[in-house]
Amino acid sequence: MVSKFDKKHVVSIKDFTREEINEILDIAKDMKEIAIGNKIDNSLNGKILGTLFFEPSTRTRLSFESAMKRLGGTCIGFARPGTSSVKKGETLADTIQVIASYVDIIVLRHPQEGAARLAAKFSEKPILNAGDGAGQHPTQTLLDLFTIKEEKGEIKNKKIGIAGDLKYGRTVHSLTHALSMYECDLTFIAPNALQIPDEIIKDIDRLGINYKKVENIKDVLSELDVLYMTRIQRERFPSEDEYLEVAETYNVKKNMLDNVNENLIIMHPLPRVDEISADVDETKHARYFQQAANGVPIRMALLKLLTEGYDE
Amino acid sequence: MNKKKKKIKITPIESGTVIDHVKSGHAMKVLKIIGVMDKQMNSIVSIAMNVNSSYGKKDIVKVENMELESDELDKISLISPRATVNIIRDFEVIKKHQVKLPEKVKGIVKCINNTCITNQNEPIESEFDVVGEDPVTLKCVYCEREMKGEEISENVI
Ligand SMILES: [Zn+2]
Repeated sequence: MVSKFDKKHVVSIKDFTREEINEILDIAKDMKEIAIGNKIDNSLNGKILGTLFFEPSTRTRLSFESAMKRLGGTCIGFARPGTSSVKKGETLADTIQVIASYVDIIVLRHPQEGAARLAAKFSEKPILNAGDGAGQHPTQTLLDLFTIKEEKGEIKNKKIGIAGDLKYGRTVHSLTHALSMYECDLTFIAPNALQIPDEIIKDIDRLGINYKKVENIKDVLSELDVLYMTRIQRERFPSEDEYLEVAETYNVKKNMLDNVNENLIIMHPLPRVDEISADVDETKHARYFQQAANGVPIRMALLKLLTEGYDE
Repeated sequence: MNKKKKKIKITPIESGTVIDHVKSGHAMKVLKIIGVMDKQMNSIVSIAMNVNSSYGKKDIVKVENMELESDELDKISLISPRATVNIIRDFEVIKKHQVKLPEKVKGIVKCINNTCITNQNEPIESEFDVVGEDPVTLKCVYCEREMKGEEISENVI
């Protein structure tokens, strides 16, 4: 297999072509059995992953560490800035240059937007962006795409509803961009105050993507192949009453799923609060735990591609 | 009550650079962008603000005895897209150039996003792709936030 993948870093999903994303998803598929320990792969034996978490995100960090260890590599790093030199006012540029000399690849999570782009500029080793503030979180988007592909066979032309806080949610913006690359039919489900921003609509208009905006999940649930729920944050609302009203509407319960497409899958980047009731977990539609599990093979694929290139 | 309107007379210069049709109120920012403040030039620099013209009010910036490079001056288009640059020798305009938008902008403008990494104490310049012309729209290479029009002129460093 000849790799089309020639990126040194993974900073933003927008840096990737559809072919490159397809390649990542294909490799992730090969990684699935290894990710759950059914097969052994020690191809990253002797390699060290640096996990630099300037803000805590336990799941993302553990998922990267699991991915690295499943491939025979090891990890060093920190889970929060705490006592590191960051507190002493060292620049990120300096920290990155020093740590890049200790490891083979770096995973970075940082509270400031653009931090990963900066790190990539200063690092001689590959940077994997694990979320920079309200900016990019490309491995989340890739695992979302991987989940849709695994569950649906393909991503192209699928009818996908994205619900919740579409205005501020970074997951949603990156995902929307990626799904437009696959010519999906998009339905944005949100209260008007939290609808998808115009800049993003402009982007998908340019690509000629079919989309619509609605306020109520119930109106569109029966048309969808995928329902992607996201959190609606209380802080976004001027009053508790307004929040409660919306929260009520954006809560998927088992009894709403009677007339849905038999193969509908429901996804959520987790953690959830009230967006999906626990009684949905037992239905055949729930895929959010599988989606979270898919984070490991996706991150394995990226670690492989960035450290050694991939050939089979 | 019969005051005559006073016409502002713009003194011509013998040689140098005249930046005309600067968006009214933006002359000081133009000086900043072309670096007059830092360059410690010996040239006489004069500005005229709120001059009447056929397009309404405008500002004019004159730098005597210096012919400024036109690609350097293209940065003015960020805050004043209709500006023209005239190179003067012996009181004659020997070259006239309409500023045009560059594809990339480094430095000059500060990202509007306070939590952008370029606004922290990092050893980098701000950097933008020019993604729109009317209004001028910049997209931060780091945080991907877009800024346009007044947002840009208010954030000239
Ligand atoms: Zn920025």
